[in-house]
Amino acid sequence: MTSKLLATLPAAALLLSATSALAQDCPIKVGVLHSLSGTMAISETTLKDTVEMLVAQQNEKGGLLGCQLEAVVVDPASDWPLFAEKARELLTVHNVDVIFGNWTSVSRKSVLPVIEELNGLLFYPVQYEGEESSKNVFYTGAAPNQQAIPATDYFLEELGVEKFALLGTDYVYPRTTNNILESYLISKGIAKEDIFVNYTPFGHSDWSTIVSDVVALGADGKQVGVISTINGDANIGFYKELAAQGVSADDIPVVAFSVGEEELSGLDTSNLVGHLAAWNYFMSADTPENASFIEAWHAYIGNTDRVTNDPMEAHYIGFNMWVNAATAAGSTDVDAVRMAMYGQTFPNLTGGMAEMLPNHHLSKPVLIGEIRADGQFDIISQTDPVPGDAWTDFLPESAVLTSDWKDLGCGMYNTQTSTCVQIKSNY
Amino acid sequence: MLRALVLSFLLLTGLIAPATAQTDLQTILQTHAAEVESPGRQSVGIVLNDLAASGLPGVAAFLEAWQGREVVRNAQDGLFYRQGRAQGNDVPLLDIATGAPAGTAPKSALTESRPNGGVRREIASALVRFQLSDPDIAKRSAAVDSIARSPDPEQVALLAESIDDEPDPALKMRKEQLALMLTARFGETTEARVEAIEALAGSLSLDVRATLNQILTTTDGVAAEAPQANIARLREPGIDMPLFTAYRELVDAGLAPPRVPPAQLKEALAQHVEGGTVAGIPLAQLSDPARREEAYQALAAQGLVAPTVPEADFNRALEAHVFYSAYAETDPAVTDAARRTLDAIQTKVGVNQTADIALDALSLASIYFLAAIGLAITFGVMGVINMAHGEFIMMGAYTGYVVQLFIPNYTLSLVVALPLAFAVTFAAGVAMERLVIRWLYHRPLETLLATFGISIALQQLAKNIFGTQARPLTSPGWLDGALVINEVIQISYIRIAIFVLALIFLGLILFALNRTRLGLEVRAVTQNPGMAASMGIDPDRINMLTFGLGSGIAGIAGVAIGLYAKVTSEMGQDYIVQSFMTVVVGGVGNVWGTLAGATLIGGLQKGIEWFNPSNTLAAQTYMILFIILFIQFRPKGIVALKGRAAGD
Amino acid sequence: MTFTATNARPAPRRSFIAQNPSVLWFLLALAVFTLGVTLLSEATGTGFLSTSFVKTLGKTLCLCLVAIAMDVVWGYCGILSLGHMAFFGIGGYAIGMWLMYARTEIIVTRSLMAAPIPPTEQEIVDSIGTQIFGVVGSSEFPLIWSFADSLFLQLLMVIAVPGLLALVFGWLAFRSRVTGVYLSILTQAMTLALSLYLFQNDSGLRGNNGLSGLQNIPGLEEMGQATLSIVFFWASALALGMGYVMFAWVVSGKMGSVIRGIRDNEARVRFLGYPVERFKLFVFTLTAVVAAIAGALYYPQAGIINPAEIAPIASIYLAVWVAIGGRGRLYGAAIGAAFVSLLSSWFTGGGAPDINLGFYRIQWTDWWLILLGLSFVAVTLFAPKGIGGLFDLLSHRHAPDRVGDYGPDKGALRAEEGSEPEEAK
Repeated sequence: MTSKLLATLPAAALLLSATSALAQDCPIKVGVLHSLSGTMAISETTLKDTVEMLVAQQNEKGGLLGCQLEAVVVDPASDWPLFAEKARELLTVHNVDVIFGNWTSVSRKSVLPVIEELNGLLFYPVQYEGEESSKNVFYTGAAPNQQAIPATDYFLEELGVEKFALLGTDYVYPRTTNNILESYLISKGIAKEDIFVNYTPFGHSDWSTIVSDVVALGADGKQVGVISTINGDANIGFYKELAAQGVSADDIPVVAFSVGEEELSGLDTSNLVGHLAAWNYFMSADTPENASFIEAWHAYIGNTDRVTNDPMEAHYIGFNMWVNAATAAGSTDVDAVRMAMYGQTFPNLTGGMAEMLPNHHLSKPVLIGEIRADGQFDIISQTDPVPGDAWTDFLPESAVLTSDWKDLGCGMYNTQTSTCVQIKSNY
Repeated sequence: MLRALVLSFLLLTGLIAPATAQTDLQTILQTHAAEVESPGRQSVGIVLNDLAASGLPGVAAFLEAWQGREVVRNAQDGLFYRQGRAQGNDVPLLDIATGAPAGTAPKSALTESRPNGGVRREIASALVRFQLSDPDIAKRSAAVDSIARSPDPEQVALLAESIDDEPDPALKMRKEQLALMLTARFGETTEARVEAIEALAGSLSLDVRATLNQILTTTDGVAAEAPQANIARLREPGIDMPLFTAYRELVDAGLAPPRVPPAQLKEALAQHVEGGTVAGIPLAQLSDPARREEAYQALAAQGLVAPTVPEADFNRALEAHVFYSAYAETDPAVTDAARRTLDAIQTKVGVNQTADIALDALSLASIYFLAAIGLAITFGVMGVINMAHGEFIMMGAYTGYVVQLFIPNYTLSLVVALPLAFAVTFAAGVAMERLVIRWLYHRPLETLLATFGISIALQQLAKNIFGTQARPLTSPGWLDGALVINEVIQISYIRIAIFVLALIFLGLILFALNRTRLGLEVRAVTQNPGMAASMGIDPDRINMLTFGLGSGIAGIAGVAIGLYAKVTSEMGQDYIVQSFMTVVVGGVGNVWGTLAGATLIGGLQKGIEWFNPSNTLAAQTYMILFIILFIQFRPKGIVALKGRAAGD
Repeated sequence: MTFTATNARPAPRRSFIAQNPSVLWFLLALAVFTLGVTLLSEATGTGFLSTSFVKTLGKTLCLCLVAIAMDVVWGYCGILSLGHMAFFGIGGYAIGMWLMYARTEIIVTRSLMAAPIPPTEQEIVDSIGTQIFGVVGSSEFPLIWSFADSLFLQLLMVIAVPGLLALVFGWLAFRSRVTGVYLSILTQAMTLALSLYLFQNDSGLRGNNGLSGLQNIPGLEEMGQATLSIVFFWASALALGMGYVMFAWVVSGKMGSVIRGIRDNEARVRFLGYPVERFKLFVFTLTAVVAAIAGALYYPQAGIINPAEIAPIASIYLAVWVAIGGRGRLYGAAIGAAFVSLLSSWFTGGGAPDINLGFYRIQWTDWWLILLGLSFVAVTLFAPKGIGGLFDLLSHRHAPDRVGDYGPDKGALRAEEGSEPEEAK
């Protein structure tokens, strides 16, 4: 019953879009929901600037559907409940056609019910823990299988790591990622005793005992590797302690999922050369697209020292895909754009094409970089595009789930019982 | 490992060398061009084999260059070169074999070969033979490190050869120990191995433990009867492992039929629904697991589904088999010796680990003490609650950061930053005392709130000026690294420096309060300002100076904390509650109390962490709970003042 | 000090309302405000006020309620508790658990019933667990969720958990005569411990993510957020009105006198034979429970609760609101909470225009906190009566002269050396 209804939806949406294309309201409003104050401001302000830059660029090219674009910026102030409030404000008061926003998972979870209730459209640009697929959200950042799993494979195959220390900040992204990695490693024949897991609070600074513990893991002669989902400031103390205890990347390599160019700017990296990070984008990527993106960014922000990072690329791809989808649909109507989004392709800044999949995730290549003394990364491995997987295959509960908004019209479809568990998200 | 074995064998016997000696390095590289350009750990072996087998003179130099990421491939002619330092867009090229200049090429034409960490390790072990007797000590110890990282039976001879000629005594000792470890693992006779193992006794080295553990590697197995193997121990289902895991092992070993898991059972039932019933049982009743099992058994009896194992068979199967762990090493004499030695070492390691934790606790205590000592003066002695104390710490740290922007020499900048941080926060403290706090001496609760207002204002100001991103505050080179007492106990120099700094301040403050005129006046004013004033002391001035002193020390603490952790606008928040706790737990109005409080809190936190190493957050939570309870039962803290000075 | 003035003289017994004229005024203002908002809202009126703004107003009413509770415990009883926002948060968590469980149960049962084989009870519970905790990498229900399936029990938890916590904590603290700033630090430590505990994933309350999607009330899906926002707005207004009357009653009469006496000089009240600890414990626990009720109404409107809401700073802000509004008068606390929180969201929401100084551009998102911090210092120093003090100017009422808690004093050079109240130590 439900699926039949949903099957007719695209048709209805197309019909709707045909009429609304004529009456396109100008200007087209682009909501920007990034914290400009509070703890997340440093990361998110950059993304706000990125969206504003993209909007300006698009307006120079003549706008969209004959309209100029207008960025509507609000400040949720790193306050999670405020994200929901501001999202409602964007959708009901400002009537924006699309929202680019959020950084932390908890802020996304806060916004989700509002976006789903009011049928908005959100582009979420940050790598996250997966286990979610909302009809109204496009996830342009990496799912675990686009960052964590390839990095672990790299550890297993290229570095021959046999014993893993999963260190993380105590919040949802590290918890879920480490859970996925734990069952992945066990499926790869790593014994449970050879996986050491530790969680520390945000901004943790007293790392000496933990680093000693990690070093001591090597006592049974196995190669130890650290997979770090340590977030933000805490990394500084962690890497300082690694350097102080003389742990070199040759002895115990560390691969980080939350350390990018921005984070390294708070550190003297000369002692960290050789440690790793996994992302879908590094500023050091050597392609003409990247060069012109960096140039445009430096020109826009008026400072040639500013770095670019992975979530910026995610917004770059997401924004351009949205523009192309709206052009294809001839409207900014959410359902029409959504149907037009599937299969959209756009060149990555690191080469190759990103493609939007029916599960609202991108297919993107995974890059592994080694830290250089200048705070940038040497890209030492680049995979073929990996399709983002909303529900991981490595946890029994979610292995049976799949997401397909195009044909199945369901973001949480149980392939075992062939039923749609839910249309709306579990927040 | 096998590769190295074959390779060494070939080399030693000189079978292959003449055959390939004519070819040159470039040709070999061209044969494996793709592999050289983007090497992988598991596939690089073949290149290294060919290189080593060629016996060419330039191989060692090439490998070193390759490891150092100096090898490039020129797209114009497809050849490999070593690259020199780039001048603008043109990169000078050097011949791969001889190192002679070979013209230049534009940057865009060159593809850098970037061997990753795993490949570099492989290269390093291929380099061992060239480097073990190299005149450069750095290369020799790199070779020794490489052997330690990936021990290889064939290295025994190589290593043994190089020991006698080793000029450096420390390295010689390492080589000897390494030779023992190699013998222990790969020695030919049982006697030689046991002897080597026993010679390793007492060593705390991680590598030694690794070697012994490698010898003691076990594999788990299950059989109907205990097999003829070097059995380490027997495993009891239900005690050493969950019953279901044990049963799965049986199934995997083909010794028992598989059990159908509930999800699969449900699916099987769903496939056999007939007219609202499954095997005669109505669907509605199938929400009961027992009925489901019944339905399934009925289906199985009809042969419609694969049979599942009843509960009774399950237990019987477990009882009928022996679960064991067997050593991979077949020689019991060797494993016994290794076990004995390892156990002895473990005991020693345990003792040392406790000492290491104690050292960590001491270091944490000194950090807490340093953060709290300023507060011990403003809160403890003067009774002023200063919620902006954390922000003074932050101001000190940012002062250090700004100084480093102007003075690039880290040592010099530190020398400048410490007094400057004191001056800045002293001034801030005096200003705050004059403008706000002196009006509120009678209203402590409002002091708390007013200083909190200042705290959020200062924090936001720092954010506006420096941004929310952490700023680097780099310690000078001589504070890098750690003091290594042995392989287990080590502590970073920066922490030792903080410890020393804390001791210095303890001494200074005790001296200032108890032995100087100022200290006398401070104590007089805090005990009875009216009486002090009538004795000719200006209480205003004394309060101002005392508060300035407390704040100034917070500034210096900020530099120290910034050096070991991070500099952010929120760093003060991390320490403020802990600092108040330290002062309150220790006992207000007494510097010794603060010391006791810091020691207690630091020790407690490390102690809890030790019991629950995977969750640092829990340690902090329990520590605070403990403190709350502690204060309930000893409200005046550890070192309680008595008599008039106690203030009530 | 309105109430001190009226209670000080042994007047003939008058009615509660006559003693506390502000109660009537407050209820009147609240009623007018509630009706006004109803008439202007999207669901029940002209639609002039957006649903998100109605939600903001509803949440503000809850903040007013917790501010009044804070005022009773601090402004009247002299206990500067830095833990009342923790009780507020516990209330939110307690109701949030039921909201999440019940909504997920509906989703899960619907999905499982669609399968050919009906689910076992265990399967339903397991699926709910997977849905709720899957995102934080677990699927088993922790023990604290035992009552989550029952609205009644969970509502009981809203009152019982913070009530018990306050009772035990207060009993321990007051029994060992921890007073003044020590008590403040202790309550702050309690708040910190609680928020650190909740931050852990192992706490079973979804760690840093907290509980989300709380704005969707199970069973009321059909209603729509516009109507729901008005329902909650009314509930919040009702709770505020009732809370105000209750606290006005608590702080008037003999009990009120004792409570204020404890604030002004605890030792003397004790010597008079009053069981000071019991009074303090009563006030502390009662206000904690009210704070929790306010929280239980607040978070379904906010939509999400997570440990950051319980962080010590939230409780300090609460004290700031009360101080700016004016301590020792209930309406002052309510005004302070509404004024500061609405002003705060106006400034940080980009509502305030930037000021261009020519050489520098003041952006209020960056400078608002500095303004707030400094104005807070100013209020403490120069206007200890807060905004509520303005009403004294209107009614030409003067606070009685007391040595003690109000107004700038001369600091260390004060004349009345040695005669300061006990609390100063």
